[in-house]
Amino acid sequence: MNPNPSKSIGFRKGSLYWLYVLIIGFIVLSGFAQMPIFKRYYIADIPGLGWLAQYYVTHVIHYIAAALLIALVFYRASEYFLSARFDVRLTLSGYLRGGLIVGLIISGVLLVIRNLAGQNFSPLIIIYLDLIHIVFMLLFLFALLFSALFKKKWTKPIS
Amino acid sequence: MPQSISRRSFLKGGAAACALAAAGIPSEGSAENPAQLATLLDISKCIGCGACVEACREINAPKFPEPKKPFPAMYPQRVKVEDWSDKREESERLTPYNWLYIQSALVNYEGKDYNLTLPRRCMHCVNPPCVKLCPWGAAKQLPNGISRLDSDLCLGGAKCKEVCPWSIPQRQTGTGLYLDILPSLVGNGVMYKCDRCYDRVAQGKLPACVEVCPEKVQEIGPREEILRKAHALAKEKKGYIYGEHENGGTNTLYVSPVPFEVLNKAIETGSGKPHLKKVADSMKQGNNLATAMILAPLAGVAAAFGNFYRKAKKNDRGEKNESQSV
Repeated sequence: MNPNPSKSIGFRKGSLYWLYVLIIGFIVLSGFAQMPIFKRYYIADIPGLGWLAQYYVTHVIHYIAAALLIALVFYRASEYFLSARFDVRLTLSGYLRGGLIVGLIISGVLLVIRNLAGQNFSPLIIIYLDLIHIVFMLLFLFALLFSALFKKKWTKPIS
Repeated sequence: MPQSISRRSFLKGGAAACALAAAGIPSEGSAENPAQLATLLDISKCIGCGACVEACREINAPKFPEPKKPFPAMYPQRVKVEDWSDKREESERLTPYNWLYIQSALVNYEGKDYNLTLPRRCMHCVNPPCVKLCPWGAAKQLPNGISRLDSDLCLGGAKCKEVCPWSIPQRQTGTGLYLDILPSLVGNGVMYKCDRCYDRVAQGKLPACVEVCPEKVQEIGPREEILRKAHALAKEKKGYIYGEHENGGTNTLYVSPVPFEVLNKAIETGSGKPHLKKVADSMKQGNNLATAMILAPLAGVAAAFGNFYRKAKKNDRGEKNESQSV
């Protein structure tokens, strides 16, 4: 069996890329919807966006999108370590976005644990977790914007 | 902050309260012990005297808002000012200045007339959505099960009220942290609700409403013990329990001689007047999805290995074909 089938895998655009875009879109929207802003600023009045004002709906959507993002991150990371690392390596922009996603996942998972019955984190830890999650999200959005504007890729071929 | 109840309230409460006050909270559920404390309300004992309401207002008066007027103009205009500061005496519903009120129900059940009164306030859910879903961490659950809203951190977005199955928290505009940020664009005051006298409980004292009641309607203790007592009381009086399973379980348990479905039709409900309907666990759906998050990394790794194996096999076949054709 060929141990290095990475040439046919790569980190190119494909259906997974669009799944990633979709997940990020829903996770960002449902994440911001945890704050009482969409109803206040009439965004939830736009046809098709009424769900943004329903806290329990956005809570569940955020969880589903988070589970999909975690699965995708583990898929891509496994793919990279299994084979792609022989052909490509992460760029600085890739490290930055990857690091921010890992930070978002860790702080998010801790918040999910906090939400379980019987889990009682100290109020100060909860405040820090909430702030860290929001700050990571904002930094991630800036990194996304920067990467889109300057056409920064996650990986580059090993020369 | 007054930590003692005035002579007027105490006399209204009567000597019966004295013995209860002296007893304090069972040590098992004190501030040092993380066991969740629950209250049991035997509503067949409640005479609707309002001593609990008065004591609550008196003991919590220093926590009440003192809004600055005029209020900042709110944008967009759909954001309504909620001002209760000129209606502080309102005691027929929940407000930022009235965290407990008496609900009454006149019902006929199985041929018997009942005139029942219930003290209503925050249920202090075992897994409170107001606390868990607050985006700022302004709502807190103490290890003893008390959920409270931190008036120094709350921005008054009222999410806690929307996610509360009973819409308990009430907003006062013109006070709190939002005034120091972007008062016209973000926030709208501070949310207020019963904090079950967390400061008194931390000192081993009883919540004011429990202490002052002349009929000993309420008692407080570790949830397991209170649940046992609620079941024993319901069995003895052939009564019904509310709060054991509502919203996944609460730390306020009512025992009534009349089913709560019947009571719910008889009480006045609406803004600041909570219902007595059955309530499913609001956090359950989200928390069930937490399981998916445990499986997500496994699914991702398994898919990558599957894909790797499939492509490696395909490459192998390709190489074999190439060598055969050569």
